[in-house]
Amino acid sequence: MTGTITKDGSEIPLLEAEKLTKIFGTLKACDGIDLKIGAGEIHALLGENGAGKSTLVKMLFGALQPTSGDIAWKGERFTVTSPAMGRSLGIGMVFQHFSLFDALTAAENIALSLDEKSPLDTIAARAREIGQTYGLPVDPDALVGDLSVGERQRIEIIRCLLQNPDLIILDEPTSVLTPQEADLLFVTLERLRSEGKSILYISHRLEEVRRLCDRATVLRHGKVVGQCDPRTQTAASLARMMVGNDIHVIERLPAEWTDRIPLIEVNGLSQRPRGPFSVALHDISLSITGGEILGIAGVAGNGQGELFEAISGEVLQERPQVVRIRGTDAGRIGISARRTLGAAFVPEERLGHGAVPDMSLTNNLLLSRHSTDRKMFLTGGVLKLVSESSLASAAKRIVVQMDVRKSAENPDASALSGGNLQKFLIGRELDRNPSVIVVNQPTWGVDAGAAALIRQALVDLARSGSAVIVISQDLDELFEISDRIAAMVHGRLSESVPIEAMTMERVGLMMGGADATAGAA
Amino acid sequence: MTMFEAILLTVATAATPLLIAALGELVVERSGVLNLGVEGMMVMGAVTGFAVAQYTGSAWLGMFAAILAGAAFSLLFGFLTLTLITNQVATGLALTLLGLGASAMIGESFVGLPGVRMDSLYIQGLTDIPYVGKVLFGQDPIFYISILLTIGVAWFLFRTRAGLTLRAVGDNHTSAHALGVPVVRIRYLAVIFGGACAGLAGAQLSLVYVPQWVENMTSGRGWIALALVVFASWRPWRILAGAYLFGAVTIGQLHAQALGIGVPSQFMSSLPYLATIIVLVLISRNKRLTLMNTPTSLGKPFVPDR
Repeated sequence: MTGTITKDGSEIPLLEAEKLTKIFGTLKACDGIDLKIGAGEIHALLGENGAGKSTLVKMLFGALQPTSGDIAWKGERFTVTSPAMGRSLGIGMVFQHFSLFDALTAAENIALSLDEKSPLDTIAARAREIGQTYGLPVDPDALVGDLSVGERQRIEIIRCLLQNPDLIILDEPTSVLTPQEADLLFVTLERLRSEGKSILYISHRLEEVRRLCDRATVLRHGKVVGQCDPRTQTAASLARMMVGNDIHVIERLPAEWTDRIPLIEVNGLSQRPRGPFSVALHDISLSITGGEILGIAGVAGNGQGELFEAISGEVLQERPQVVRIRGTDAGRIGISARRTLGAAFVPEERLGHGAVPDMSLTNNLLLSRHSTDRKMFLTGGVLKLVSESSLASAAKRIVVQMDVRKSAENPDASALSGGNLQKFLIGRELDRNPSVIVVNQPTWGVDAGAAALIRQALVDLARSGSAVIVISQDLDELFEISDRIAAMVHGRLSESVPIEAMTMERVGLMMGGADATAGAA
Repeated sequence: MTMFEAILLTVATAATPLLIAALGELVVERSGVLNLGVEGMMVMGAVTGFAVAQYTGSAWLGMFAAILAGAAFSLLFGFLTLTLITNQVATGLALTLLGLGASAMIGESFVGLPGVRMDSLYIQGLTDIPYVGKVLFGQDPIFYISILLTIGVAWFLFRTRAGLTLRAVGDNHTSAHALGVPVVRIRYLAVIFGGACAGLAGAQLSLVYVPQWVENMTSGRGWIALALVVFASWRPWRILAGAYLFGAVTIGQLHAQALGIGVPSQFMSSLPYLATIIVLVLISRNKRLTLMNTPTSLGKPFVPDR
């Protein structure tokens, strides 16, 4: 199937956006973007976080209204005023942060997005059928809250396909999948292309874009900076287009261990789920010596958050010896006491967990270090007055060290961009020179430059003799910095494998729950 | 009429206002809105129902007026919390205080007047069946409405497309909005339905239960209805069970007091509250089920991002 041909022989694109602009307050999220998507093509939309990809897509789909600019659909101008209208035109969207309802079943979730009012049984049957045709098996009666992230994505895709769209928009679809699950998705997408459907594929994973996509549009700071055929490019040349300059390569000296005393140990950690959608932990043990980085891979929602809470002390254990920090039993003591033993923790969620959004940077600094650095930040003996001057100088030191870009002298945490706040939060812990640091998703939603800086800082800390645990969904990141990699699946932690013996395929198998040794042979 | 029959009838009369008010609030909360103004809306319904019945001589007109009054009062809550995005808890509390104050003022001249009682059903033959006749076929119209309402709400929430949409809005309003569901409009409708139910529950008090006007005559029933919704894990049939349990213990302890059991009357009076809470806590012990039925967006304000 091809697009309609006009009199002069040129092809009308399925969708054409001209000079699309969206302004939020003073920020130009999208600035005069032109985009053409032909029939039967997989079109990649590349760009760093904050480049305007999501905003652009929301405008195409009708979830946001452009400030100015035009959208033409099959040659006709349209103002897409709502997602419902986008759907009726034939534009389907699979969201990055799934727009599913946890407390409803898969079939109910699908029913909600259909405009026609068929009975649930019919919808369930059709979902099963589409699932079979496209290799997306689902159980329509399962509660979505109980499903894995990959299964939820399948529901999103089926929900989208049931509307029989001509254009399917996928927002970072593989960021939550194991490599093997991603391969299955690519098969589905190629099949859709062969049926003449168009796909707008948003990603920052360059290898898969090169493999899958016919054309690519690259965005930077809300503007189109290039269009190309990704199959003729290299990953490095695409990255250069996205970032605007070359990306810092992490320097990683081989680890040199003088003593092999474990600095952090977890011994047989088991824990029951704490809520309906939380994961149980089963007999997790790990031990890390100074100088090394353990990377923990895994698809989101396999217990990484729960493991982090158990190690950091947000959730206490029944037996003190379950968590040992520098040889001291720490399972029954709280987060400040664990910090005092020399440990540091950076949680996944920056705003609301890692930092109080409406508090200034110095206040956020005090909140995490008030007990470990009591002598530095509190004066006046028993009065415990806050020493603003030493807080300010510590904040300044962190800002310089981590290259935090900020607009004011001491802004609120929420005023910083994601990458800059993350640099500050990691710097806040590194500034103490911790002998153990546990970081959950260190560079999630952080631009490439900041991510490189954060990874280098973690490597440097390890090489200076500290033990580092990095929990991440980004496998490239783990391969870049880890000395050993283990994977979490269904609340269990696999054996760790030295980086030299690790391959993408093997970690993929481990993340899927296969025996850790299976891929080694 | 036997003693047994009389007790059953009084239990039903005591349970009905709780049931109706709680069903209304259930629909409101399932849509993700927490309206703590049930007591206020109920008492407005009671005074309006009494007044209109008094002037027109018709209990039926009084009942419809009470429904309208409750709905109008809840519309005020809806405008404040859904359009002006005020805090739902504070606004609901204010609504209760306003309702109690306004009803006392409106009803000042009605205190002590004999009211209009709503006639009970009488069907020749059926109502006269011994033991069950009066319970099944001889009660006041609002009792039958309350039972139909329970069936209707359960059917609406779990069997209809509109009910599914309403639950989706309460579970995750951001996702619902992304799917093009009119979140605010659905919440307005739910809030108005909740107000209408509270108004009807109030009318039951001043037209059936004790046909007269007493200041603050709801005496905390709105709060019990609110608690019933939570302890019943947001499910209509459990609300019915909870309301009747409360009614049964209320009547039971009155009889026990009359028999002169040597327990302090304050303890006996608090017994219905205690018993209802304990039983409902026990049946809602299945945490997973409870949390799954809990509307996740409950009480969270919704502001679309455009």
